[in-house]
Amino acid sequence: MTTDLFGSPVVAWLGPVPVTTAMLTSLLVTGTLLGVAALLGRAVTEDPDGTGAAAARGLVRFVDGVATDAAGHATPTLGTFAGTLLLFIATSAVVGQLPGLRAPTADLAVTAALALLVFLAVPVAGIRARGVRGYLGHYAETSVFLAPIEVISELSRTVALALRLFGNMMSGHLVVALLVALVGPLVPIPLMALDLAIGLLQAYIFTLLACVYVGAAIRVGAQP
Amino acid sequence: MSDQTVIAVASILGAAIVMGLGALGAALGESRLGAAGMDAIARQPDASAGLTRNLLVGLAMIESTAIFALVIALVLLFANPFVVAGS
Repeated sequence: MTTDLFGSPVVAWLGPVPVTTAMLTSLLVTGTLLGVAALLGRAVTEDPDGTGAAAARGLVRFVDGVATDAAGHATPTLGTFAGTLLLFIATSAVVGQLPGLRAPTADLAVTAALALLVFLAVPVAGIRARGVRGYLGHYAETSVFLAPIEVISELSRTVALALRLFGNMMSGHLVVALLVALVGPLVPIPLMALDLAIGLLQAYIFTLLACVYVGAAIRVGAQP
Repeated sequence: MSDQTVIAVASILGAAIVMGLGALGAALGESRLGAAGMDAIARQPDASAGLTRNLLVGLAMIESTAIFALVIALVLLFANPFVVAGS
């Protein structure tokens, strides 16, 4: 029960590295996304007026809109980063609804890895946009004594990012499992629909927050 | 009562209290946000698309506090570091 709630069961060992089911479903999600992306990319170049090309353009425009709204102005790198997060988490939520599969984002390790990506992207983007001095300077912007508080807030928001996604995905599965065990099959179908909607919403929120954090690092000192 | 019994009772009580208070806070916050959102949509029906989007995002953000409480409650129940396994 413990390992099922917070992590995924180990199915194989690659030398000293355990392979969990979450890693396999993550691979499935990544493979699906790569395949769809290749199809859409070919649709754009070969049939620019077709349905696939329109879908691809709509998707890119949506992701760019999210990044621009949240970060003030979007760089192409930020748009790509946001699109990666959004598509991976949203596809994970959809994959989690398939019978026998569990969303990879219902594993604390996967969401922690995603949050760690955001945590590392903030200084990378900040240093690229503002230089090392400019980026480090924003820690002491208000007062030198508040710099530790800034560092703590960066750490705690990373933990919150990971826990929010994990808790939402895991609790959805938990409620469905409890209802199946207590009442019977077919009863939790409305809750599964709610779970899917919440998963897609959480993908949007995770992306939005990541863009807000990275955007704040890019715009350090640009605004009074 | 052995120490482990006390820890188990305290963990279950703690999980119930955490979940109850966590849900209470999130419910109060979500009700205020929902009321404000409905009010804003009633005043500005033209802007309802953007308002609904912000409303849903805000609801999910507030909901995550209740989710944090749920995670803490589940840690207390199923992954309690003070419970010795097998006792």
